[in-house]
Amino acid sequence: MLVLNITNLFYYYCLNIKKNKSLNLLQHIGKYILMLRLVFIKPTKSKVMKKLIFKDINDLIIGSLGIVAFLSFFVGGVVSIQTALNIESPLIPKNLVGFATRQSIILEFAPTFMCIILAGKVGSYIASGIGTMRVTEQIDALEVMGINSVNYLIFPKIIAMLLLPIVIVISMFLGIFGGYAATIYAGFSSSSDFIEGIQMDFKTFHVVYAFIKTLIFAFILATIPSYHGYYMKGGALEVGKAATISFVWTSVVIIVLNYIITQLLLG
Amino acid sequence: MVEIKNISKSFDGNLVLDKISMKFTPGKTNLIIGQSGSGKTVLLKSLLGLVKIDSGEMFFNDKKYNEINDNENRTLRREMGMVFQGSALFDSMSVLENVMFPMKMLTDYSNSKIKSSAEEVIDRVNLINSNNKFPSELSGGMQKRVAIARAIVMKPKYLFCDEPNSGLDPKTAIVIDNLIREITVENNITTIINSHDMNSVMEIGDSILFLKNGKKAWEGDKNEILKCDSEDVADFVYSSRLMKKIKKN
Repeated sequence: MLVLNITNLFYYYCLNIKKNKSLNLLQHIGKYILMLRLVFIKPTKSKVMKKLIFKDINDLIIGSLGIVAFLSFFVGGVVSIQTALNIESPLIPKNLVGFATRQSIILEFAPTFMCIILAGKVGSYIASGIGTMRVTEQIDALEVMGINSVNYLIFPKIIAMLLLPIVIVISMFLGIFGGYAATIYAGFSSSSDFIEGIQMDFKTFHVVYAFIKTLIFAFILATIPSYHGYYMKGGALEVGKAATISFVWTSVVIIVLNYIITQLLLG
Repeated sequence: MVEIKNISKSFDGNLVLDKISMKFTPGKTNLIIGQSGSGKTVLLKSLLGLVKIDSGEMFFNDKKYNEINDNENRTLRREMGMVFQGSALFDSMSVLENVMFPMKMLTDYSNSKIKSSAEEVIDRVNLINSNNKFPSELSGGMQKRVAIARAIVMKPKYLFCDEPNSGLDPKTAIVIDNLIREITVENNITTIINSHDMNSVMEIGDSILFLKNGKKAWEGDKNEILKCDSEDVADFVYSSRLMKKIKKN
């Protein structure tokens, strides 16, 4: 019965596609998948590609370290203060502050929310960069030369973003350190209690889970903004719109995938 | 030689190109002229393969473009050069890097050979002391020269130019027009230029295709266009006061 209902819904959805001239969600997904196919065929010369990858590592990864470090340290601090302030019962051990900070940072803040923040920074950089190339006919120039512009522009970004777990490790470390500093400075807990909390009931799989999430989000961060930049139409105003839309969709996809991955790996 | 036969193209039911046929000969500057919206850019983009035509045939040196395989397509694209309306230079690259780019991407030549070839072409388009400048540091005319240099560095058989002198002052526009013509004759290239500028038509119009509302309205050369009987062509040619004065005299 459920399958029948879903089939009916899909049928009516497809009927509506014909009526609607603008691209709808299904068409966007199809176009996005076709774009991904193009990323991996007809590759650019390895010598040129190597340079592009290093440039993108510098722009996308190293360029994000400052904001990641700053946010992680202070958010880690806030997480630990909030936890400490909400523990009123004397029966709850003080090492819970360290434990809660570690869990929040490793499981959610570093891999998920840092990626959403990066969707704003890295995503809009990618979408506006590629979008500007589209508006100024630079992508057409690449195509006329017989170069696979999708591979040339998007593949190095995907490879560069695969280094995102390194950024997330830094975020985890600084988040927990920020929590430690805030707790000790405000006197909510002793140093030994906090460190004991960090070490308490530690599961290596939680870090593996965070890395799996990060790698999937990194791929999303590189490809969805690229899609919006590559297929944009119009002028300078539309470049800005493409960057905004890419941020919205990247965030939505990350949030939905976060739910699915968490259910699959930890549920 | 480039030949098109009965090319048609429509967007969302609007016919933009309607059964256009024409032969573009090598060693001559072939102009496609017409008012804005007449289909010039779509025709040029169709020839470049950036827009897929609905029907018709395109021949590049007797090879049917619609029937060539991927390898032949790649070879053909290497024989094409394009000067875009806005120059389309890569912002993050210097002048020298922009000109070296096609050779770096498409050939296995050594770096020194690529650099010397690029410098040779930059000299040919009369760009002096600009190798290390970035596109944003150049004037419109200089950007066009770099675009021409990048288009001819691979020694193409076919050169396409979309409004090469738009946004330039009349003197620089004539210099750019003549540069394209000189390069065309020197290298026996089949050059196809989109333009709506009558100065260009009178300067370099060896062969002219006039489009109106996506249809071929007239074909001839710069000497014939002034004597043309067609009302549509006369409307276009004598639209400025200057040309009207010339006609009176």
